[in-house]
Amino acid sequence: MIETKQITKRYQNKTVLNAIDLEVPEKQITAFIGANGAGKSTLLGIVSRLLKKEGGEVLIDDMDINEWKSKALSKKLAILKQNNQMTARLTVEDLVSFGRFPYSQGRLTKDDHEKVDEALAYMGLEPLRKNYLDALSGGQQQRAYIAMIIAQDTDYVLLDEPLNNLDMKNAVQMMKTLRRLVDDFGKTIILVLHDINFASCYADYMVGLKNGEIVAQGSTEEIMTSDKLKDIYDMHLDITEINQCKYCLYFK
Amino acid sequence: MRKWIFVIMTILLAILSVFVGVENVPLSDALHLTKEQVDILMISRFPRTVSIIIAGAGMSICGLIMQQLTRNRFVSPTTAGTLDAARLGVLVAIMVFPHATTITKMLIAFVFSVAGTFIFIQLLNRIKFKDTIFIPLVGLMFGSIISSITTFFAYKNNLVQNINAWLQGDFSAVLRGRYEMLYITIPLFLIAYIYANRFTVVGMGESFAVNLGLNYKVIVAIGLTLVALMTSSVILTVGTIPFLGLIVPNIISIYVGDNLRQTLPLTALFGASFVLACDILGRLIIFPYEISISLMVGVLGSGIFIILLLRREKYAA
Repeated sequence: MIETKQITKRYQNKTVLNAIDLEVPEKQITAFIGANGAGKSTLLGIVSRLLKKEGGEVLIDDMDINEWKSKALSKKLAILKQNNQMTARLTVEDLVSFGRFPYSQGRLTKDDHEKVDEALAYMGLEPLRKNYLDALSGGQQQRAYIAMIIAQDTDYVLLDEPLNNLDMKNAVQMMKTLRRLVDDFGKTIILVLHDINFASCYADYMVGLKNGEIVAQGSTEEIMTSDKLKDIYDMHLDITEINQCKYCLYFK
Repeated sequence: MRKWIFVIMTILLAILSVFVGVENVPLSDALHLTKEQVDILMISRFPRTVSIIIAGAGMSICGLIMQQLTRNRFVSPTTAGTLDAARLGVLVAIMVFPHATTITKMLIAFVFSVAGTFIFIQLLNRIKFKDTIFIPLVGLMFGSIISSITTFFAYKNNLVQNINAWLQGDFSAVLRGRYEMLYITIPLFLIAYIYANRFTVVGMGESFAVNLGLNYKVIVAIGLTLVALMTSSVILTVGTIPFLGLIVPNIISIYVGDNLRQTLPLTALFGASFVLACDILGRLIIFPYEISISLMVGVLGSGIFIILLLRREKYAA
């Protein structure tokens, strides 16, 4: 289980996270939502050890994150940041193979090769396995990164704005894949999402942040109300329901 | 498959290099050499060829590692101040410890090039404007500043000529007994190869590396230390070979990609054969005189560099 206690983060004198207490539900999709600068990505960064914190603690399976060996943690928790300045020219297969790095330090065993093949197949990337990443579309690249995370085979998967730069079709496909990872493999996924409606349709649990504090959290059902969303976003939002899914209208 | 083509090319060029020179040692005599011919081969031609191979491979690997670690295709010992810092180290060694052995000089040059490279990396971290071309320009400026300090003190101490010997890469002065320090580089190649996968991962960015459980800063430090060691040993035995670390890794990257496990041996082999070819040409163009290797590689290299810059929209940007 991932748990945070009184996490505080400051940049210079500005407090960006203030006393965050959170228990992330197991085997569900949890979405961090909120306005720009609310602290969503910072919180994800701290939970995944990419960022240092000024105070509080992060517990992963009841052990403080600072006590985890980085290598051991990389078999338990995977973090994918939005990657828009990729420079290295790797093939899809190379990239996915790096997902096995925590296990084999780059010398793939037969077992590792099987995991890589499975991940490629799961994401439908077999025909592209020898292609260079920089020759792929944004959607295909994102799929390759997810395949790497699948090969990494961790219980916890943390994704920072995985839908960035994806068109509608690719975004829906991505969310469906993540949903299947939870339903079929029992992964625990945490996402930072900008689009509240994607969160509503695919997430089980929502954490709303504003000015570095959690202002609302609960099941998707509980959070998708005009009142709660007003607390998070500071604007009036109408909620409508189509096919048992709540949508929030914010365009006018 | 590709690797074997490079291996064969390097071997052929190496054989050619051994048998090309002012003193005629034809290949047909290879099986019944006179004593004089054996001496020429052992004292001059063989050391020269070996040092070309090691220096060519070494400087190319240096460039490859630096480009990977800084995630910029135009960073190399030439464009990051590493070479200039090493040269300043050599000057300091000559000024402060005039009777020092080559090993001591190398260690001092090494300390300086490590320091120079790390200062450059610090500069990189502070630069907000991360344009692909801007970063090597900063490196070139930084290198020029160090270089002008070197020249100033060299001038004051009548060491300009001495220092110029390190400025101009030259294989004609490589003789038995004066190049063996280059062999230090060979174990460094092996270490670089062992770390190849980690360098590739680090080249994907800090969060990517941390996610896979790597200690980002340690890997970067190991990489830059390797680069500084190789650069100093090459500079002290052969001199500066400009652009090599820039063009060789880029050409390999265009055709083979950036997975260092695969590209590192190819880069080494291609670097070696490129310098061998340049050196053989340099020996033949104005035969019986020689054009120095830094001039040959400089002319060819800057030409290729311009071509790379022009097509960077397609590839490096």
